[in-house]
Amino acid sequence: MKAFTRETSTVVVVPGMNCDTDQIIPARFLKADRAQGYGQFLFHDIRRDSDGNLNPDFPLNRPGAEQARILLVEDNFGCGSSREGAVYALIDAGIRALIAPSFGDIFYNNALKNGLVPVRLPREHCEALASYLASHPEAEVTVDLEAEQLTLPADLGQFPISIDPFARECILKGLDEMEMTFSLMDQITAFEAKRMQECPWLDR
Amino acid sequence: MVQANAPSRRTMFGKIWEAHEILRHPAGPSLLYIDRDLIHEGSFHAFAHLKSRGLKPRRPKQIFGVADHYVPTLGRSSADAASPAIARMIDTFDENMTWGGVRHFSIGSRQQGIVHVVAPEQGITLPGLTIVCSDSHTSTQGALGAIAFGIGQSENAHVLATQTLWQVRPKTMRVNINGTLGQGVSAKDVMLALISKIGSGGAGGHAIEFAGQVVRNLSIEGRLTLCNMSIEAAARLGMVAPDETTYAYIRGRQYAPSEEEWDRALAQWQLLPTDEGAEFDREVVLDGNEIAPMVTWGTSPEDAMPITGRVPDPASFTSVEKRSAAAKSLEYMDLVPGTPLEGLKIDKVFIGSCTNSRIEDLRAAAAVLKGRKATVKAIIVPGSTQVKEQAEAEGLAQTFKEAGFEWRESGCSMCAAMNGDVVGPGERCASTSNRNFVGRQGPGARTHLVSPAMAAGAAITGMLTDIRRL
Repeated sequence: MKAFTRETSTVVVVPGMNCDTDQIIPARFLKADRAQGYGQFLFHDIRRDSDGNLNPDFPLNRPGAEQARILLVEDNFGCGSSREGAVYALIDAGIRALIAPSFGDIFYNNALKNGLVPVRLPREHCEALASYLASHPEAEVTVDLEAEQLTLPADLGQFPISIDPFARECILKGLDEMEMTFSLMDQITAFEAKRMQECPWLDR
Repeated sequence: MVQANAPSRRTMFGKIWEAHEILRHPAGPSLLYIDRDLIHEGSFHAFAHLKSRGLKPRRPKQIFGVADHYVPTLGRSSADAASPAIARMIDTFDENMTWGGVRHFSIGSRQQGIVHVVAPEQGITLPGLTIVCSDSHTSTQGALGAIAFGIGQSENAHVLATQTLWQVRPKTMRVNINGTLGQGVSAKDVMLALISKIGSGGAGGHAIEFAGQVVRNLSIEGRLTLCNMSIEAAARLGMVAPDETTYAYIRGRQYAPSEEEWDRALAQWQLLPTDEGAEFDREVVLDGNEIAPMVTWGTSPEDAMPITGRVPDPASFTSVEKRSAAAKSLEYMDLVPGTPLEGLKIDKVFIGSCTNSRIEDLRAAAAVLKGRKATVKAIIVPGSTQVKEQAEAEGLAQTFKEAGFEWRESGCSMCAAMNGDVVGPGERCASTSNRNFVGRQGPGARTHLVSPAMAAGAAITGMLTDIRRL
């Protein structure tokens, strides 16, 4: 996982509530090895027409969009399938943070495990940001995970970023949780021994 | 780090969660002990992760593998797969399971099937357990009184390596379904009614407990359908308190407690139901008497209404976002506001998926199809090889074949559309699966979610049909 402390970037707005992980990456691409890079699959079927040509109206296909490291999306983004490929596709396309009123739970956890920062921002502020960006596409947003602060352009304000402190620590350092968990193995083993005594049918 | 303290009146969710908390960060997540991890072909990322770190599965006896997402339904070998890339997924799965020393049900096994059908069927799913699988519909397995939820591949690798998972505790929601379901109304209709009421994001961040008279009266198959679709309301998981129905279902299954262990297991399970007076963060009530057979019209499971309804006008929704989403849905679905749902012509019928492919679902479909003929292309994919064998023994398979249905081998098939079974571009499908997302059943496919009886009815008439009038 690549460490994340803060990111200042232009923002691409991808509209649509309940944007599910089938939209983020269609199922037929999930067989690919990660080494191939998943960025090419991002929003594959909605950013292209049926002949495979890029649709110039899709927000990520507009000039300048490739510079953006932050996406502004709508409610329940990443609902549906647990496929972690959705997060791989965003990261491999260069996206480092997402802003939305809410996220699908499994997607949210998958994002944290990969250092993609999901920022929950109340809907009215998301809407205000979207309408400002419509007339100021060059405006920048800062996601500062270290200071736990989201800074919007102009007078749209600053907001606290609330992310579970353990996940935040891992992302700031670019570490996954497994090493931390290994250091607790004595406690895990003791817990497990008791559990297997209570439920011996689990241990065969 | 502090040890967990338990309040005196607890929910079932709270009891199971606290019994699995190894430790808790003061302001953060809990380290949960995971009793069972279930693996399917999509887990190759997690295995690559383990191998890259020089790790192996730590507790192979608590891990079970099942091939389901990519398996062909017209043959029982990876050589029958729709493409070499798909065959490679099935073979890689077998190789990883053998490498990890994990007990697994390969494509040719008599215990093979969709993971959420197989796990309860084999007695792998039990009350009081924590169960994970890298599939969002793991929520299904909460129907037996377990905490069961979907995870990603990074979390899966963590479980394989440590048999634990860091998790933030969700809030709790009780969904009380009172009354009695009418004729032709099933657990599927209950869930579509619930999701249309609370929305696809309605249970976000919550663990649902289903309660009430309707739930008590449901079979285990029906309860599995309820919990299965919890995720479509954005819930972390769904669960139903174990009762005599549950115990009778579990007893004697392969991996369940033995007869010698039975009384001891039962004594533990009987302590699980929510205490009288325990508080939930949210309560939702549905009147089962008022639920009609349901059908979806759009591209989110919340876009559901009774079969007697008409395609809504996007302008009728209050929020800007929903108006825009509904307009896009109708364009994709090629539907005009005001069109009656009943009578809408369809091209295909799919009966299957972890939502509706169990023996009871097949019985419901067969009861409608008996002595009738399908007028559109229709396939039926049993949820497991055992369900298939049972349906053949009961004569249901004969009914399906006589009605002109294709009787297939078990797997996820046209729900996940990963194995080559797809709905064609622009085709309209009445499907017993769980997701009507854009492109879910194949690029350009148009999905109408329905119950097994409603799907069978649609196959006969070639259009969406109110099953109560057939």
